[in-house]
Amino acid sequence: MAFTLYSLIQAAILCVNAVAVLHEERFLSKIGWGVDQGVGGFGDEPGIKTQMMNLIRSVRTVMRVPLIGVNSICIVLLLLFG
Amino acid sequence: MDLPHHGYRSTKQRSRGGPPSSDSVLFDDTSSTAPMNSQGYYTPGYSMGGPSADMQGGPGGNNLFTDPMANAAMMYGSSLANQGKDMVNKEISRFMSVNKLKYFFAVDTKYVMKKLMILMFPYTHQDWEVRYHRDSPLTPRQDVNAPDLYIPTMAFITYILLAGMALGIQKRFSPEVLGLCASTALVWIIIEVLVMLLSLYLLTVHSDLSTFDLVAYSGYKYVGMIFTVLCGLLFGSDGYYVALAWSSCALMFFIVRSLKMKIIPSTDSMGTGGAKPQFRLYITVATAVFQPIIIYWLTSHLVR
Repeated sequence: MAFTLYSLIQAAILCVNAVAVLHEERFLSKIGWGVDQGVGGFGDEPGIKTQMMNLIRSVRTVMRVPLIGVNSICIVLLLLFG
Repeated sequence: MDLPHHGYRSTKQRSRGGPPSSDSVLFDDTSSTAPMNSQGYYTPGYSMGGPSADMQGGPGGNNLFTDPMANAAMMYGSSLANQGKDMVNKEISRFMSVNKLKYFFAVDTKYVMKKLMILMFPYTHQDWEVRYHRDSPLTPRQDVNAPDLYIPTMAFITYILLAGMALGIQKRFSPEVLGLCASTALVWIIIEVLVMLLSLYLLTVHSDLSTFDLVAYSGYKYVGMIFTVLCGLLFGSDGYYVALAWSSCALMFFIVRSLKMKIIPSTDSMGTGGAKPQFRLYITVATAVFQPIIIYWLTSHLVR
């Protein structure tokens, strides 16, 4: 299993795309991971599920716009160079 | 134990000795502070030796400055170099704080020797606490338990060279393989650091482990890898497995004892932890168990 740096970049782009594609109202709310079901306790016991929901929400908010550019560059490069 | 340290000792002496016959004004004695301009940005001292060293280059070459044109050109060139250096500094410090990085490279020979001994034989080391000095951790020069980035960097480069040599002995060498080996090892480090960061975040473990600390701790396994590959080359397949077992046990012990201090709170501050204590134990043990797997994975193809 020989990794190159390029395969790491590919894996990272695919993972971030996968997280960004999760739709808020069609999917995440149906399984109870929506943003309105998050704010629970105010103590210092956030729990794994709250942390995951926060992580997904922040990744989607931050990476939406840069992913457009990065995906376009990837598409052009893959079309040109295979 | 001569051969694994040979790489460290020779590079350390090279940087300590410097070029003694050239400009003596540029290279002062570097045992306490190090204004050596040629080492780039990661100097062990916190002094800005750049501008002063540039100005002191004047008295060294007297016959150059009788010509005013050459004088002006040199002044212009040095000011241009300073501007470039400031710009690069500014850009780099946007991504990572250079001061924090300088802390990890503030090592000396005594620290490196002791740390390598602890990495290979950690069973007699008594005190694993990282000592503080008014809320900031001590530099690796003063505290042998502090993590550093010098040993992992040097061990990584030595491992790549050793892998090339091992492949050359088996007549399987080509320059692409060297690059492939280097990037594989680098990717595994990145994956391990990302998984550690993710698990520390998800389980809300509030520890003072920064990203560079994690890179340092996951880079210490390269010392074990070098030892294992060397024994495999010198003593054949049996030596390889014996050295693998030895360095795995030593590294697991070292990782568990080091990370236990940082992740698991030893005082009675359980309420502010935010994570159940068994999760912290799981993280520590999982990190430790991951090390021998990676050592075996990255070295077994070198020693057939």
